[in-house]
Amino acid sequence: MDNESFKKGLKDGIPIGLGYFAVSFTFGMMAVSGGLSTWQAVLISLTNLTSAGQFAGLDIITSSGSYWEMALTQLIINLRYCLMSFSLSQKLKRDVPWGHRYLVSFGITDEIFGVSASQEGKISPFYNYGAMCVAIPGWTLGTLVGAISGNLLPDFMVSALSVAIYGMFLAVIIPPAKKNRAVLGVVLGAMAVSTLFSVVPVLQKISSGFVIIITTLLVAGIAAHFCPIEEEEGGTRES
Amino acid sequence: MNHNTYIYILVMAGVTYLIRMFPMVLIKKEITSPYMKSFLYYVPYACLAAMTFPAILSSTASTISAAAGFAVALVIAYWEKSLLTVAFAACCAVFIVERILQFF
Repeated sequence: MDNESFKKGLKDGIPIGLGYFAVSFTFGMMAVSGGLSTWQAVLISLTNLTSAGQFAGLDIITSSGSYWEMALTQLIINLRYCLMSFSLSQKLKRDVPWGHRYLVSFGITDEIFGVSASQEGKISPFYNYGAMCVAIPGWTLGTLVGAISGNLLPDFMVSALSVAIYGMFLAVIIPPAKKNRAVLGVVLGAMAVSTLFSVVPVLQKISSGFVIIITTLLVAGIAAHFCPIEEEEGGTRES
Repeated sequence: MNHNTYIYILVMAGVTYLIRMFPMVLIKKEITSPYMKSFLYYVPYACLAAMTFPAILSSTASTISAAAGFAVALVIAYWEKSLLTVAFAACCAVFIVERILQFF
């Protein structure tokens, strides 16, 4: 047990936990309005610990998509964790017993990755555990409170709050798009392609999970071919 | 076909954990392909953009209020405000526009 690292992780985890509470509140609310029980919403948050993947997954559950579609959607949307996990595997202290890697893996989110990647030198798994000890309860409790109050909130509040998650997505993608023309191209391209799927009659039949997969593979694949990134830009940011 | 919510949750959680766990435990050497690195770099942007638009337009009670929320979110995000500020501003825009629409 490495107390020093654990405490540092707890401290760095506080703003993350607070932010998570707000985002997962919306998730809980939307899950319940989509027909899930409060317990199911909380279970999803506790076991998944990811925003975009959960919202997409909720979409598939409420539209009764296939399990295969669910697996593929989660794979594509959460593919970025592969990169983060790889990067963290280099950053963890070498002498750490192997079992810790399985536990640290569970807590790889954009934000926890962000704070651990920004630490000087190698990190102890207890730093990650500290951050996880604040972030996971924040994410789970936010879902619980959202799910409970979603049942109590009047319709006009639910309507206004439903836009929140998209606001957060935009807050993640717009600032980098402003600075990097390739990212701007990816954002506009992806919006255009997914719009095509919603307006062209034949394409409308494809379910929303697959639209996200196809659009992501297509647009990111084309962008990677025509605009390969420089070495330093390798880190990704998302929330 | 009848789907069980708990199987959905199991699939979601299982896939998400495996993605996080495999590289950490298995990959010993660095990903060097510039194409793969670039692809992984662009994935979150493409994915979030595809999830946001046009879905945002049908997320609220009316397309007009949703469009207002979208526009406000774009502007505040362009100013590089925090996630919560952008989300809150978008919610306020939707709320205000829906109150105004009641008069028409």
